[in-house]
Amino acid sequence: MSNHEQHAPLGFWRKYVFSLDHKVIGLQYIGMAVVMALLGSGLAMIMRIQLAWPGAKLSWLGKLFPNAFPEGLLAPEHYLSIITMHGTVMVFFVISLALVSGFGNYLIPIQIGARDMAYPFLNALSFWVMVPACLVMIASFFVEGGAAASGWTAYPPLSALKNAVPGSQWGQTLWLLAMALFIVSFTMGGLNYVTTVLNLRAKGMSLMRMPLTIWTMFIAAIIGLVSFPPLTAAAIMLLFDRHGGTSFFVPAGLSIAGKPVMHDGGTPLLWQHLFWFLGHPEVYVLILPGLGITFEILATHARKTVFGYKMIVWCLIVIAVLGCVVWGHHMFVSGMNPWLGEFFTIGTLIITIPSAIIGLCMLATLYGGSLRLNAALLFALGTLALFGTGGFGGVFLGNATSDIFLHDSYFVVGHFHFMIGGVTLFATLAGLYHWFPKMFGRHLNEGLGKIHFWLSILGFYGMFLTMHFVGINGAPRRYYDFKAYKMLEGLQTYHLCITISAFTFAVASIIFLLNVTWSLWRGKKAERNPWDATTLEWVAPSPPPHGNWDGPDPVVHRWPYDLSTHAGAKDFAMQTEGPDKAPVTS
Amino acid sequence: MSHSTTTTWDGGGLPFGVSWQKLMMWLFIVGDAILFASFLAGYGFLRLANPNWPDSGQIFHMSLIGTMTFVLISSSATMAAAVGASRAGQREKATRLVWLTALGGAIFLGMQAYEWSTFIHAGARLSTNPWGVPLFSSCFFVITGFHGTHVASGVLILALTAWRNSTGKASAEGVELAGLYWHFVDLVWVFIFTFFYLV
Ligand code: HEM
Ligand SMILES: [Cu+2]
Repeated sequence: MSNHEQHAPLGFWRKYVFSLDHKVIGLQYIGMAVVMALLGSGLAMIMRIQLAWPGAKLSWLGKLFPNAFPEGLLAPEHYLSIITMHGTVMVFFVISLALVSGFGNYLIPIQIGARDMAYPFLNALSFWVMVPACLVMIASFFVEGGAAASGWTAYPPLSALKNAVPGSQWGQTLWLLAMALFIVSFTMGGLNYVTTVLNLRAKGMSLMRMPLTIWTMFIAAIIGLVSFPPLTAAAIMLLFDRHGGTSFFVPAGLSIAGKPVMHDGGTPLLWQHLFWFLGHPEVYVLILPGLGITFEILATHARKTVFGYKMIVWCLIVIAVLGCVVWGHHMFVSGMNPWLGEFFTIGTLIITIPSAIIGLCMLATLYGGSLRLNAALLFALGTLALFGTGGFGGVFLGNATSDIFLHDSYFVVGHFHFMIGGVTLFATLAGLYHWFPKMFGRHLNEGLGKIHFWLSILGFYGMFLTMHFVGINGAPRRYYDFKAYKMLEGLQTYHLCITISAFTFAVASIIFLLNVTWSLWRGKKAERNPWDATTLEWVAPSPPPHGNWDGPDPVVHRWPYDLSTHAGAKDFAMQTEGPDKAPVTS
Repeated sequence: MSHSTTTTWDGGGLPFGVSWQKLMMWLFIVGDAILFASFLAGYGFLRLANPNWPDSGQIFHMSLIGTMTFVLISSSATMAAAVGASRAGQREKATRLVWLTALGGAIFLGMQAYEWSTFIHAGARLSTNPWGVPLFSSCFFVITGFHGTHVASGVLILALTAWRNSTGKASAEGVELAGLYWHFVDLVWVFIFTFFYLV
């Protein structure tokens, strides 16, 4: 790492905008995720208002967007665009950006003892490809017909035929282009993650001494590299279907508004297979880093060694491998051979075993600890709670027998918001409370943080636990107005409850944003290691300079969870502390 | 890159014993291979869904395809020789061999262009063809086209490598990286040849 030592002072642009420093790039990703989160949440609030008070007039939106909201009324076809864009933005441009790209870039080099990524230029390039990806996605709202309306899963024929719904026009094409840019960017990032973790570790940082955050990022990057190519292939074929007249995904005999469609021979099932071959592993790309961060925070703030480190690593690997062969559980009702359904059911239920072990290891880590109930730990506990409840719902979905009833109902929506929405978001927030002092040299306000947590968890369960019950009672997902169906009328109170919870959550998030803004300038100053943590980033100054450590390269002598293992006032040993400080584990 | 290669890691022996550059190239190749595998799997899926798929043996000129395949595989051999020469420090020989490899790729592309044009003359289009199932020509153009773009980019990379090597800018590892990519492109063709033309 010798060639990193002369990091000359740079001008503003090179330092904060076109930076090659992994930490700046990580923060840029997080900032971009916050902006996209505002968009995604705004869309969610519009949906919740519509579902709680169908046909409500939002005159101020009518004035801002006269096409989408004529006289303030949301049109059904635009409702579909809004659910599509909400899902896409949240999965790919908020959670993935903040958690995988943001924390990944910030933490990977500094936690393994490297001064930067293997290939910093590629890393910066990956960010600068993500910028147009976001812009194209946003631009798709403003083309004729509006944004894509075929769901975040982009199922054909809605996504393949240009005249299927208004959003199937240019909105869908831009959606595909934005996703293509996203994949290119993600691939460049993933290549860097894997090579950096394998080749750039500091002296003494063996694989089994890596913090779990790094393990999870590493595995997530590998899963991403393996599972995105099928989506790329599918997206290319879909583009040809849309603009080249082919019919990879369009079956014969379709007609739209009475007019036959000139396509023949394809099958939408091919899209579903290729999409879910990505889609299911993608949920692990997002959730694994969340779990890694949670372990780190639980251990540090409960002052306990992580329980079952090796077992956790193996569980992560098993999840990664099995996760690539269970995609069919999203397609139980597609008319698949029942034996194939059985295969996917068994595979899915087997995955719940390592998942449950991970959850139990989290609980065991807490057992007997002396908890510091600060905002970071609270959010980590929230992650654990959501992981348990969400996984419980997953068991019912993973079984083909019960899924045939639950599929495409609000039960599924509740399930994946606990998982891909909740676990990941709460872990991101826990991570921000935990690493903010390192990133900016100041603490976030604890009092506001606690209010943020309690309102968030209340709002979250209010929204998504309720959705489970709405789903069991038969409400399908993606419907525009439930009052229009006699059988579902009785559920209106639930919908109102969900919307009120959504507003609670929105208030909590606003408090958080205010907290961040205030703390950036006025927060309590942070020391190098305010949490008595053990990993390498806490050896560096807060915030760390370009090149990370002011002193020589760190040398690692022990595993990252040497907490509460020592007598006296200082109950922990940092990874850099020499072998003379007993006990040395791993 | 400001980074040196292998010397930066001292955590106890390089995993796989390769520099990060080579590791990254391998990972990229694995991803790209899965991309091609997805195309071929999609093609297989569609072909199974359409029982009266045209008989490719009657439509393609197998002697032409065979020659193309031979040219491409020979270019892999010259590439391997180039890597050997450049490792042995014979820079000029390596440059010449890389140029020869690029030439092989260019000939392949020329023959593919000829094949496409005869195919189009016979009435094949992206969405229709005279032999029946429209997806037959869709798959043909998309898959061979996607591979063709890989060959074209490979030829560019080879030309760049040869030129950098002749001026002394490319390291032996640079030649090797270009070689890895080229072998991969050739290997993919073997699969396309088998699954599209032979089966
Ligand atoms: C215990 C482990 C889990 C099991 C058994 C499980 C099972 C399932 C099943 C069977 C479905 C399909 C339901 C249907 O459409 O009818 C589903 C949907 C979904 N799951 Fe999970 N899941 C698990 C964990 C997760 C995790 C960890 C995440 C994300 C981080 C996640 C995210 C999703 C998403 C996003 C969908 C919905 C996709 C859509 O149709 O839009 N799941 N889950
Ligand atoms: Cu799944």
